[in-house]
Amino acid sequence: MFDYDKWQEILHTLRKNKLRTLLTAFGVFWGVFMLVIMLGAGKGLQNAIYSGMGDFATNSMFVWAQPTTMPYDGFPRNRYYSFKIEDMEAIKNAVSAIDVITPTVNGGGWRQTTNVVYQMQKGAYEVKGIMSGENKIDPVDIYKGRYINEIDNLHTRKVILIGYRVYEELFAKGEDPVNKYVKLNGIYFKVIGVFKSRHTGGWGEQQNSLMFIPFTTTQQIYNYPNNVDHFSIVGKPDADISQVESSVKAVLARRHGIHPDDKGAFGSNNVGERFKKMNGLFLGIRGLVWFVGVFTLLAGVIGVSNIMLIIIRERTQEIGIKRAVGAKPVKIISMIISESVFLTSIAGLLGMATGIYLVSLADKLIGNPEAGNAVILNPEIDIRVAITAVAVLVVFGMLAGIIPARRAVSIKPIEAIHDQN
Amino acid sequence: MIALNNLHKSYFNGSNQLHVLKGIDLEIQDGELVSIMGSSGSGKSTLLNILGILDNYDEGNYYLADKLIKDLNETKAAWYRNQMIGFVFQSFNLISFKNAVENVALPLYYQGVPRKKRNRIALEFLDEMGLKDWADHLPNELSGGQKQRVAIARSLITNPNVILADEPTGALDSQTSYEVMDIFKKVNEKGITVIIVTHEKDISERTDRIIHLADGLIDKEYRPKKTMDYV
Repeated sequence: MFDYDKWQEILHTLRKNKLRTLLTAFGVFWGVFMLVIMLGAGKGLQNAIYSGMGDFATNSMFVWAQPTTMPYDGFPRNRYYSFKIEDMEAIKNAVSAIDVITPTVNGGGWRQTTNVVYQMQKGAYEVKGIMSGENKIDPVDIYKGRYINEIDNLHTRKVILIGYRVYEELFAKGEDPVNKYVKLNGIYFKVIGVFKSRHTGGWGEQQNSLMFIPFTTTQQIYNYPNNVDHFSIVGKPDADISQVESSVKAVLARRHGIHPDDKGAFGSNNVGERFKKMNGLFLGIRGLVWFVGVFTLLAGVIGVSNIMLIIIRERTQEIGIKRAVGAKPVKIISMIISESVFLTSIAGLLGMATGIYLVSLADKLIGNPEAGNAVILNPEIDIRVAITAVAVLVVFGMLAGIIPARRAVSIKPIEAIHDQN
Repeated sequence: MIALNNLHKSYFNGSNQLHVLKGIDLEIQDGELVSIMGSSGSGKSTLLNILGILDNYDEGNYYLADKLIKDLNETKAAWYRNQMIGFVFQSFNLISFKNAVENVALPLYYQGVPRKKRNRIALEFLDEMGLKDWADHLPNELSGGQKQRVAIARSLITNPNVILADEPTGALDSQTSYEVMDIFKKVNEKGITVIIVTHEKDISERTDRIIHLADGLIDKEYRPKKTMDYV
């Protein structure tokens, strides 16, 4: 039930010294405001980085061959070797935690471009020989046509999937490239599709400048003896990708006559590990933000508590009168805690509203993911975070009221009545 | 009826003990109009605080309306004060941001009476004090006499057994003091016990019985001569 007298009193006390109330409230306001802004910025930073990653499989790793660093099995150190396509089957059979394994071969070598000609246009882009599994590792959006499939590989088809930037540079605007022929190193390839990268920023640019052809076709036109430059591996959802990494390397070492302890013979990139670290980093940032935010808030709340003590001091006589005419201690305590919670909550909610308003304003101003290199993307506040913050505020408000309330009821009514301010 | 048996009270100030009440024996019948007199330090305020359950005592017994009032917790004491005792103070002790009628209604607020009802009752009591037209005024818009009448109305609203007045005329001029005493007289005529602590002789002479304290004990008790005409 609405208690008119209680609220009359709360508002009277707060209004009586407006500047003091305002300054006190500001402490709490600022605490919540900073918390919201910092959480929003942290989330924005996270969004920006994750959007750069597109839909890259996170529980994944890559492994490629490097010259050996230890002599073994009669071979000297510093021996060059290549993975073979047959390794794929062997790995898949040996390591059950693997969900997807797919080979990639770089046409002409690592980061080498291949000339491509369409009618009067020509350009030089990287060519990658892939299998259909590639799209499960680093998915792209098909803009036109289709992805490379198993049949392409089976029949060593001369088909090509080109990146959006390649399409833009070789083809006239609006021209449908599907079923057109482009000349790659003097060999005609049928264009089966155009893809767009899901990554933003530099990664996206780079991926959009790639051309994909079937893995088997690459072996033929570049004259490779079934070489694989790297295997991309996705672990099963619950698999420990670091465990998978070492199992895979053990299989490869066995098959290629490499010393079991020769770490230098494999290059690898464990995305799963990196992703975990990054998640840890963001968790750390959030933790830090809460830590700083809550303590800033606590400083504000201590301010409230202090002011409440002063208010109690000023109102000692009044409290004495009330107790003389029959106010029970619980009534006095409830009064003071209500006042403290009221002040804290109002100030906190204002801080939250202002913070959320600023964050959403920033979201509107920054928020275009196509723009790429944004440091902060879609800053936002989780509704659960907001509710938690409100709960924290109410609890803090109550805590702020407890000491003053205890002080108020510890004064004997008779002393309070005779207190001459 | 109020009964005190061998009441002792000491104050402790560090290692110093100040024995204020040294065995008070007193009976006040229902409907009496009593004044307690004594020089400062005689213990009269302490006695009033104990009678008002605002302070506790060390030894002896205090019965109020046949109930033993001893070692009560604050919640219980607040309830007894609210139900059985009305207070009137020297400095009126009205709440500054509540208007006259809200001040009068305050004890009913603590009984949980709804706002409309208690303000209606409070207005009746104000009317009795001749302050109906001042119901909406804040205390600082009232004269001293008016404030004290509001305070008396507040003390009466719960229909208490006893009114305790601590120097109720101390802050008033003599003309207003006599008016206030007339009000107490009228209240008393309705059967409510009134106990007034005062050091003014002319005020005490307007009561039926004077209890004189000196050095923590009742040294004399007498009935004033009813010769003086009330102004």
